[in-house]
Amino acid sequence: MATVTLENIRKSFGKTEVIHGVDIDIADGEFIVIVGPSGCGKSTLLRMVAGLETITSGEVRIGGKRVNEVEPMDRDIAMVFQNYALYPHMSVFDNMAYGLKIKGTPKSEIVARVDAAAEILQLGPYLQRKPRQLSGGQRQRVAMGRAIVRKPAVFLFDEPLSNLDAKLRVQMRLEIKALQRELGVTSLYVTHDQVEAMTLADRMVVMNDGVADQIGAPLDVYANPATIFVAGFIGSPPMNFIDTKQISGWTEPPCVLGVRPEHLHLVSEPEGRISGSVTYAEPLGAETLVHFRTTDGPSVTVRQDGAEPVPSEGERLGIAWKTDKELRFSEEGQRLADS
Amino acid sequence: MEKRVTFRGIWLPILLVLPQIVITAVFFFYPAGKAIWQSLFIPDPFGLSMQYVGLGNFEYLLTDPYYRGAFATTAIFSGLVTLVSMGCALFLAVLADRLIKGSGTYRTLLIWPYAVAPAVAGVLWLFMFNTRVGVVTWYLGQLGYDWNHVLNPHEAMGLVVIASSWGRVSYNFLFFLAGLQAIPRSVVEAAAIDGARFWTRFRTIVFPLLSPTTFFLLVVNIVYAFFETFGVIHTITSGGPQQATTILVYKVYSDGFVGQDLGSSAAQSVILLILVSILTVIQFRYIERRVHY
Repeated sequence: MATVTLENIRKSFGKTEVIHGVDIDIADGEFIVIVGPSGCGKSTLLRMVAGLETITSGEVRIGGKRVNEVEPMDRDIAMVFQNYALYPHMSVFDNMAYGLKIKGTPKSEIVARVDAAAEILQLGPYLQRKPRQLSGGQRQRVAMGRAIVRKPAVFLFDEPLSNLDAKLRVQMRLEIKALQRELGVTSLYVTHDQVEAMTLADRMVVMNDGVADQIGAPLDVYANPATIFVAGFIGSPPMNFIDTKQISGWTEPPCVLGVRPEHLHLVSEPEGRISGSVTYAEPLGAETLVHFRTTDGPSVTVRQDGAEPVPSEGERLGIAWKTDKELRFSEEGQRLADS
Repeated sequence: MEKRVTFRGIWLPILLVLPQIVITAVFFFYPAGKAIWQSLFIPDPFGLSMQYVGLGNFEYLLTDPYYRGAFATTAIFSGLVTLVSMGCALFLAVLADRLIKGSGTYRTLLIWPYAVAPAVAGVLWLFMFNTRVGVVTWYLGQLGYDWNHVLNPHEAMGLVVIASSWGRVSYNFLFFLAGLQAIPRSVVEAAAIDGARFWTRFRTIVFPLLSPTTFFLLVVNIVYAFFETFGVIHTITSGGPQQATTILVYKVYSDGFVGQDLGSSAAQSVILLILVSILTVIQFRYIERRVHY
């Protein structure tokens, strides 16, 4: 168990800086999810914590101890890779026992620990198989098993679920969460999937282009995004952004308004704060997503209850929302104080 | 569903495979058959008459201490060539695999020796180790070592091994590098996180995952050492001193074309033919059930 601290971490490949100073404080036993689009530097950040990439500047501390120059094996971490990175020529048992054998753990203890992990992960019947004889979900479990038998201070997960099919992903997500709760090991989890981030995280870090835009509990981030990027990235369908120039009778300084689709509702054209025509509607049963093209602006999505009538395509309507549900952003994408 | 093309008649398929069959027949079946036939006779040196001796040539060979000696020489020579060329190649490939900058140049330079014909390579090494004017010999002399592969059988063996291995390192290097790069980086990283330092990682992860490549190269290099090193040996030592570097294939040549004992030479060819067949069978057996990851 340990705390992890990242202090003004920067990373350059050649002359290109890809991570521009990230600070994260992770409490003991906390589950932190780093989420962002591909290429935002989230995996690089994780690999720097693991010691697989050098740190250009800044400091990583694990358990309060600076580890910048420490080899991966001496950092007391375990990592689960996206492609599992199992040793193909070794049995499941040997895969899990590898780290312990190198450390010179007594044989009886190796067997006990591997058996215990296999028990938790329901891998008992597969211990003598080779990884290629296992399904994707089982391989994923072996990778987890390899991480937990070593009883590390920190777990690192690099998109561990992205090679699984949708159903298995949901199942493994719950298992990972339960396992982490049970073991109470500090965890750092990288994903591009915002649903994984929302469901797993104690706190999430939203990365954008090498910068941590926002760090916070999932629901706080959802309700109070710090930037337009975060607002647009977290939530599906994404938040709508409406330029105040489109709103007739706007008297305050111009800005961009962000409103979640569930906070918009359809009204008759003159009643709406903005108006436009319906491009298409997607009835999903419990809810209906209505896509809207505003008269002189971008498209807007409205999420309405599935019981309400579905508007027909081309219908001209207005859109209204309560002012306390709107978030104000500057043209540069920063959140403005609520007026 | 039948995916293969099926022909209605018999003549078109025969016509299509005919060129291959003709080539194989002319350059393999005919000479091989001729060798088997000749191995049963002892011809006179002028080729005017032949006397049937049955398996006499073989019987004689298997009791001939010189031929047995050539077997031992071949075993030592091919073992050493394989070991040296594969060992160097693996070492260089491991280095190249870790290289980030300039790896293209490094690789290209390492591949060049492969383009040098064995006989030419032999001459190059012969110049460097020439007992009177060789550069290496001179430096060795400065260090107080008197190099003379013309008189010393061990030095002669060493020289032909080096000359034969040299060009082969390139070939092996290419395969080893490709094999190393096919190992997923994350597997090696996982081992690093599991606590394995470089040498442990190499021994327990990299080398086992490289084993299909290693086995393939082992067979290919042994076959190379058996046959294609003729040019090197011919230019450097001509099998000497005292037959110290006469490998089986060189003995076929020297007994047959220098010694004019065509019957014995043919019998030796047949023995070599059997040897290489066994090697090929082993190789194909292995490739067929090769490990898939």
